[in-house]
Amino acid sequence: MSRTMTGARMVVEALRDQGVDTVFGYPGGAVLPIYDEIFQQNDITHVLVRHEQGAVHMAEGYARSTGKPGVVLVTSGPGATNAVTGLTDALLDSIPLVVLSGQVPTFMIGTDGFQEADTVGITRPCTKHNWLVKDTDRLAETIHKAFYVATSGRPGPVLIDIPKDVQFATGRYVGPKQIEASLYQPVKKGDPAAITRLVELIEQAERPILYTGGGVINSGPGASQLLRELADATGFPVTSTLMGLGAYPASGKGWLGMLGMHGLYEANLAMHGCDLMINIGARFDDRITGRIADFSPGSVKAHIDIDPSSINKVVRVDVPIVGDVGHVLEDLLKVWKARGRKVNSEGLSRWWAQIEEWRARKCLFYRNSDTIIKPQYALQRLEALTKNHDRYITTEVGQHQMWAAQYLGFERPNRWMTSGGLGTMGYGLPASIGVQMAHPEALVINIAGDASWLMNMQEMGTAVQFRLPVKQFILNNERLGMVRQWQQLLHGERYSQSWSDSLPDFVKLAEAFGCGGAQVRDPKDLDAAIQAMIDYDGPFILDVLVEKHENCFPMIPSGKPHNEMLLGEAETQGVIESEGAVLV
Amino acid sequence: MNALNIQKGMSRHSAYDLRDPHSQVEESHTLAVLVENEPGVLARVIGLFSGRGYNIDSLTVAEIDHEGHRSRITVVTRGTPAVIEQIKAQLGRIVPVHEVHDLTVEGPAVERELGLFKVRGQGEKRVEALRIAEIFRANVVDSTLESFVFELVGTPTKLDAFADLMRPLGLVDLARTGVAALARGL
Repeated sequence: MSRTMTGARMVVEALRDQGVDTVFGYPGGAVLPIYDEIFQQNDITHVLVRHEQGAVHMAEGYARSTGKPGVVLVTSGPGATNAVTGLTDALLDSIPLVVLSGQVPTFMIGTDGFQEADTVGITRPCTKHNWLVKDTDRLAETIHKAFYVATSGRPGPVLIDIPKDVQFATGRYVGPKQIEASLYQPVKKGDPAAITRLVELIEQAERPILYTGGGVINSGPGASQLLRELADATGFPVTSTLMGLGAYPASGKGWLGMLGMHGLYEANLAMHGCDLMINIGARFDDRITGRIADFSPGSVKAHIDIDPSSINKVVRVDVPIVGDVGHVLEDLLKVWKARGRKVNSEGLSRWWAQIEEWRARKCLFYRNSDTIIKPQYALQRLEALTKNHDRYITTEVGQHQMWAAQYLGFERPNRWMTSGGLGTMGYGLPASIGVQMAHPEALVINIAGDASWLMNMQEMGTAVQFRLPVKQFILNNERLGMVRQWQQLLHGERYSQSWSDSLPDFVKLAEAFGCGGAQVRDPKDLDAAIQAMIDYDGPFILDVLVEKHENCFPMIPSGKPHNEMLLGEAETQGVIESEGAVLV
Repeated sequence: MNALNIQKGMSRHSAYDLRDPHSQVEESHTLAVLVENEPGVLARVIGLFSGRGYNIDSLTVAEIDHEGHRSRITVVTRGTPAVIEQIKAQLGRIVPVHEVHDLTVEGPAVERELGLFKVRGQGEKRVEALRIAEIFRANVVDSTLESFVFELVGTPTKLDAFADLMRPLGLVDLARTGVAALARGL
């Protein structure tokens, strides 16, 4: 039995039927009918943001920490264009979002009406798919399809543009179950022949490595569990991209740490020297590979990915397996066990001995100080004081983000929210709010730099309004640290526009927003300051004044291969390693 | 409606397997893209090519199944084997794209294009234009005392050749549809 109702009511009804409990949004002329419906119900909480970009990042934080799609509601024109950065961010990191935007009435489309923008045109390249709904009878169906598209296959953001007259008009509502099976049916199961081929390689490999990415996390908690089983049963070392941290526990015996441009020495050299590389849900991003021509020259490469276009896009692989990570790992383990759980133990123990040698370089070593807080030290103390909490970490983008990835340990998936692909400064604060909405009792910390944090600082108002006790841990070097580092290393120390002049007083800013705030500058006071931040009942800004000119190491300079890492400032280095590493 | 019966995976045992996947030589490929006929679908396909820096040599699109809301886009593109594979994979993940066929590797295919050629001339040149048009089996679809419009259907190279011959004879304007292509046989 179908029911008729207005388009605006349909939106709320469809969201409810999709199990949505939270919407992040900002009202405006073209979505007023939907906001009127939101006013008249209590099932869905609406989080009023301060800027639409914030809404999308909040929805990303919500989605990444729950595995459910994040939902955003914005108005036409500027509401929609402000959402574009967030949509692009979610597209590059494969985060499921459903964004609903208002549009001018259908009869005004194309007339350059007030707050009119070609939203589907603008967002076409930054969504997985989008729709302009011109008929109220098609609205409910489109919303249900949108949730399906956003969450199936390789997840991503979708947008539905809804003209105002479509919201007012009455139409027939259909539920999620009444939607015909979509023609969009991504492959989930991997090719059995390719899986068997990979098992054969696993049995023989002398120097294997599991190179895991965000695909493991997107595939769900089951996939992380299977990864742990595979790594622990085979004894293979595991490294991960920035996006995949937490899929394999940092305390696990196979853990090498993050790889890539600011990855660990042992992880990158293991990638360079392996004879079998198993890419599980990662995409050979340029931050990972460095110079393609010299990327892991001696390895047979297998690649498990749900998106066929990821295969052979950047690096030619020998064993491509298109499928969902969880399904493929399950089948892989089944075949490997059935064939007698064989590995090349002799080769593996030699391989681990080599890895331990690399590890002994202690690439994360830094010179600590008694007088000034080193950013690495601040993160080590944060890790020590929070690791036993039910903890979620978000970050902004830059040096602090890389240090956080290096110095924090993640034991579980969905606990680490960072803008990986797009590198969006201003992501972390709103993302932390989205995470806290989904996990009200958890300790949610945004690790930030002073410059990034300012980009969406207006969202502190949202945190205060909704009493979300998010902790803003600002590593304040009064610089655009990563830009400054590159200028130092690559642009003759000409520090063009990379300092933060006229920074606000973050403690007074906290007071102005109505939340807690403190500043710490002495290493001796750091622990107490972090503890006070954790204990504070409400949102809190901790302004940590850190060393201004610290550089983030290790580092593979752009365009260099993995074995040409910079391990630290020149004077701290010893002899050049035998691997042909050119260490500066 | 044979076009809709093209089976997926025909490339499995095709000549493609014999090509060197690492070749840096650019090849021309004709792709048939079967899409849901919904607003914006052509923009998605074109946006993919421009956004990722792929080439389009020719493009045609028309609805082929009104009831089933299907359109067929025929794209002639150029690239190294790796780029062609990437183009196909990228096309395949567009949500309203149902099928992508590489007619260049899936077996023999027929390719046809229609061109209209306006040739202006008098006297001997006009007679010569008409004579060549007969050799090419072009039809005269418009005529004045000083001009002809020829209609010619054929492969793109045939249309190129015809245009080259007509140019010294007074070719003043031409319109080409781009390639439509179908696999031969069933």
